[in-house]
Amino acid sequence: MSKQTAAPPSAAQAEEQQSSTGVMDAPPDVDQQQLKRERDKAKERQKDRLSRLDSGHLLELYRQMLLIRRFEEKSAEAYVAGKIGGFCHLYIGQEAVGVGAISAIRQDDYVLASYREHGLALAKGMTARSIMAELFGKATGCSKGKGGSMHMFDKSLGFLGGHAIVGGQIPLATGTAFATKYQGTDRVTLCFFGEAAVNQGAFHESLNMAQLWKLPCIYICENNQYGMGTSLERAMSLRDIAQKACAYEMASEFVDGMDVLAVREATLRAVERARNDYLPTLLEIRTYRFMGHSMSDPGNYRTRAEIEKYQERDPIKLFSASLLEEKVFDSKVLEDIDRKVREEVEDSLRFAEESPLPDPEELYTDIYASPIEPGRK
Amino acid sequence: MSTITIREALNQAIREELARDETVFLMGEEVAEYDGAYKVTKGLLQEFGGKRIIDTPITELGFAGLGVGAAMAGLRPIVEFMTFNFSILATDQIVNSAAKMLYMSGGQFKIPIVFRGPGGSAYQVSSQHSQALESWYAYFPGLKVVMPSTPADAKGLLKSSIRDDDPVVFIEQERMYGNKGEVPDDPDFTIPLGVADVKREGTDVTIVARSLMVPIALKAAETLEEQGVSCEVIDPRTIRPLDIETIVESVKKTNRVVVAEESHPICGMGAEISTQIMERAFDYLDGPVKRVSGADVPMPYAKNLEDLAVPDVKKIIAAVREVAYLD
Repeated sequence: MSKQTAAPPSAAQAEEQQSSTGVMDAPPDVDQQQLKRERDKAKERQKDRLSRLDSGHLLELYRQMLLIRRFEEKSAEAYVAGKIGGFCHLYIGQEAVGVGAISAIRQDDYVLASYREHGLALAKGMTARSIMAELFGKATGCSKGKGGSMHMFDKSLGFLGGHAIVGGQIPLATGTAFATKYQGTDRVTLCFFGEAAVNQGAFHESLNMAQLWKLPCIYICENNQYGMGTSLERAMSLRDIAQKACAYEMASEFVDGMDVLAVREATLRAVERARNDYLPTLLEIRTYRFMGHSMSDPGNYRTRAEIEKYQERDPIKLFSASLLEEKVFDSKVLEDIDRKVREEVEDSLRFAEESPLPDPEELYTDIYASPIEPGRK
Repeated sequence: MSTITIREALNQAIREELARDETVFLMGEEVAEYDGAYKVTKGLLQEFGGKRIIDTPITELGFAGLGVGAAMAGLRPIVEFMTFNFSILATDQIVNSAAKMLYMSGGQFKIPIVFRGPGGSAYQVSSQHSQALESWYAYFPGLKVVMPSTPADAKGLLKSSIRDDDPVVFIEQERMYGNKGEVPDDPDFTIPLGVADVKREGTDVTIVARSLMVPIALKAAETLEEQGVSCEVIDPRTIRPLDIETIVESVKKTNRVVVAEESHPICGMGAEISTQIMERAFDYLDGPVKRVSGADVPMPYAKNLEDLAVPDVKKIIAAVREVAYLD
């Protein structure tokens, strides 16, 4: 779509329509014939999507998702073992969002994220080593051990941070988009945030400015349906988040976040608008986190059954299933990837373990870019 | 040298820096077509165009954050708050983003941005539009906080702030925009941040004053001179980082100190200055440091009450006489 969504489909409708690999439970009164036709159509669509990418690219998407999954599993272990301090918000279940979206941009484009950003940092090309070392609070971490889980940065790769005030990165991303337009470049900015951030003023203030001034920012709402322990239903009067773009006459799309290719293609459409016409887009990408909000989450606000229902649509399982079904790869190739990814994560753990702590003198560095010496005249 | 107002001095500083560096731009409410709510940005839209002089919606959190993001991507934004009272809405971006970005990114992202606008007490606009917020911002490592009191300081310090690689909170005094003084014409005239200025030399009592309190302290010093008390008036100009050395040097000479400020007394910059004097020059003090602060009340509207809330010449004279054990 090239214009704003006049009447976006309801979330449920869209999920049914756009999910190319859907295994949604059918309501009892659904015509089974109709359902079969829908599913066949979805398969065709997926086949078509797969055919648009070469096998190397498809394998890379799979590898990145798996790397994030394995990395986060190890982060959880290291957290429980007391190696990682503070908060630790895992990305497990949401891998298709970050990988699909970031696969649609160039390396010199910007990504800004919330505090649930380990996976996004990996997808932007940061090494498992630099991220794990940061989690361990080591000098070799991507932020020299000063940022931790919630503040990963890599300037050379255009990863402009994890930001830990809900919605705080949204005006910042609007600003990087402003700068790229000011500088006359065609860089775009991807701004990731959870659906709970949509209730913050920062979201609305930013979307208003972005559309008003035509800024090349793509706002990616990762709707995992819970702001910490508060469900979307308990927190949002209008739950169709894509529709909120209408308030700013901004283009928007609802996307199945369990389908990495659907995410990629929706982001590509948004990137085209941003690069060519400096136009922003709001993408509501429906996903689900399989783990708690953070490592200390008791999880008593949702049922095991609900989690299992979404785990049936595990983005990695869905993608590998279609790769195998369409015979893009055989299972040996995928197993090989898994082995390599596990090695990479193990290596990152060793690296983090063996890395030095920050020098105590680092406490007082990086406060000012041009420090003022006392008594300077 | 030209004799101009603080308003004109600020305008010159912004104009010169816009001309000097393409990455500098100005945004804020009414800064362009309206020429600025206080006319500080008069004529800039005509000279530099709409790309660089940008009227924003009334959306302080949003455009402050947008400025910080633009700084991350290599620009040098000047973000005007119509008054600093409205910066309260933007404190998340000033404090959590601008001040901390360099540190939490391990030194990767400097934030060269100036947040500027009028602050301090205004005339009869009651509590929400008339307050001194510098002590808030001075609290945070990562920010620099500047408060000029003369046209020359305003110009020289604003130019330095725009060229600085760190976020600077630059608070102009709303009542002082029309104050006149001599300003060098040299377009390369700057004043370094973090350096206090001795506005008047004296031997008996040191008065540390900033912003609006500087001309009031100077007036008090004149009267006190007639009463046989010689006052040294020191204007820190930058309150973070604070040039405490210059203050301590003065205290070593006078042994008596009054700190004058518009801030509320509790957790104000005056309390900080007093403490640092105590820590560094206790043995040189002949008596306790005396603060003259804004009244510990929300600013009232009624003229007589407002006058009582803001420190004036009489209060400073009384404080100086007290520390000099004259009364």
